[in-house]
Amino acid sequence: MSTLTISGGFAGQTAVDHAPKEVPAGGCTMTPSAEAAKETKMEKSASLPVTEPGIAWSELLNGAARLVLPPLLGMLLLVGVWYVATLGGGPIPGPLAVWDAAAVLFADPFYNNGPNDLGIGWNVLASLERVGIGFGLAALVGIPLGFMLGRFAFLSSMINPLISLLRPVSPLAWLPIGLLVFQKADPAATWTIFICSIWPMIMNTAQGVQRVPQDYLNVARVLDLSEWKVVTRILFPAVLPYMLTGIRLSIGTAWLVIVAAEMLTGGVGIGFWVWDEWNNLKVEHIIIAIFIIGIVGLLLEQALILLAKKLTKESS
Amino acid sequence: MEKFVQIENVGQTFDTKKGKFVALRDIDLTLKQGEFVALIGHSGCGKSTLLNLIAGLTKPTSGVLLCDGREIAGPGPERAVVFQNHSLLPWLTCFENIYLAVERVFSQKEGKPKLKARTQAAIELVALGHAAHKYPHEISGGMKQRVGIARALSMEPKVLLMDEPFGALDALTRARLQDELMKICEKTQATVVMVTHDVDEAVLLSDRIVMMTNGPAATIGEILEVNLPRPRARLELAHDSAYIDCRAAVLEFLYEKQAHVEKQAA
Repeated sequence: MSTLTISGGFAGQTAVDHAPKEVPAGGCTMTPSAEAAKETKMEKSASLPVTEPGIAWSELLNGAARLVLPPLLGMLLLVGVWYVATLGGGPIPGPLAVWDAAAVLFADPFYNNGPNDLGIGWNVLASLERVGIGFGLAALVGIPLGFMLGRFAFLSSMINPLISLLRPVSPLAWLPIGLLVFQKADPAATWTIFICSIWPMIMNTAQGVQRVPQDYLNVARVLDLSEWKVVTRILFPAVLPYMLTGIRLSIGTAWLVIVAAEMLTGGVGIGFWVWDEWNNLKVEHIIIAIFIIGIVGLLLEQALILLAKKLTKESS
Repeated sequence: MEKFVQIENVGQTFDTKKGKFVALRDIDLTLKQGEFVALIGHSGCGKSTLLNLIAGLTKPTSGVLLCDGREIAGPGPERAVVFQNHSLLPWLTCFENIYLAVERVFSQKEGKPKLKARTQAAIELVALGHAAHKYPHEISGGMKQRVGIARALSMEPKVLLMDEPFGALDALTRARLQDELMKICEKTQATVVMVTHDVDEAVLLSDRIVMMTNGPAATIGEILEVNLPRPRARLELAHDSAYIDCRAAVLEFLYEKQAHVEKQAA
């Protein structure tokens, strides 16, 4: 996950680097001798059309190969090691057995044989729903709270010790409290997601607010803007990148935690499904679940990176 | 109005880790309405500190500042500031940046179409009508500074405060903006305080040049009246004896009377 993030960042940077370089080249039209310039231009135009597309194509292919080949090799290596390690039999099934099981499983992901036997699709959706609700509530509470902590120093020094105390607590330690308060498994799992997603959002938002450039705040002070305008026109756009980082961190943790929480609470969900298949000793399904959890987590993170890119492009 | 801005016995002390630092002391200055005053001095002499005091961004440790008969208690749109680094909000277009200021000042009395017309007028005052819907990162440094000036002027401030507004620009752009600023000031009869370290800029634009002594504990050293007729044309002034005298007086103050700053630093 992290390598993808980094390469995305680099790609963005090079795009920015190129832009200014091209501007002076286009703007510099004051060549000392026009004839000389024409001559060189003609030479270039004679040779360029022949070679350029060829170069571009091979470069494009090269680039694509460099982008796709290493991850592909990594995957092959993983499957290869897995294959060799399970050749001699043992409790862990090999890749081929898992593939066969997956083919059966994904042939009908949305079957419904009563509440204790639902298709894999339903389980993933149930987990996503819990994450969505818990995470959404955390955003609703955490982001405004982060804004207030960043804006009011007194509040910040009042609340920060509490955050430092509660943040390192494993979210699962909150699960019994949730069970006790809500008397039901489902809201307790959602509560766990809420409590683990809220810290990164509070902290990143507060940090973003504190790092808003003094220039922008001076503009706000000179214009004597109302607090509402300060928040909507200056703080919110300035803090947005930090907020999105907080959201991205949160959703990563939330997806990590939901699997564990569902193992404990039972019901429907990918975490419960893993535990259920362990009780049924269907190890192929456990391995499939690991892949599903990984892929869904990756997709969630990539979606948020995309969203962040889109929003920050619009606002900067 | 003879005493439009009054600065009386103002001092500014900052608390630093090494103890108290006296930035300004005994500042007494009165500005007339419609007057253009330049603050000049070596870096670190407290020019910007004084400007921030007039803006209300900081409060004086001693003394009092008045604007139009009222004590300056904090920043406000009647004392608009053009910042050194333009300080446009990057997520708003040029139009929206100015509109934010116009809306703040006039939205209680005027409707949206009127506010938009004001914004458009301000942007055309600095000849940027064509760039109204561009974002700050899409325009050049000089254009950004012009938007900053338009934003300040759009509020119809009593006093326009400019903190080295052209300091970061190349010489040609700077000259063009100075000419534009002179025209705008003539049109709007604005009262202007401008911090600068450019002697030619100070003489060309100002009615009076306030020369500051070196810090720490800087104060007003001399005040030079620039009695050149307006409108002023930079080319003609280059050979004007009064202009040359003024320029020489400022240079003399900076490099003879206050020259020891380099020695101190070295």
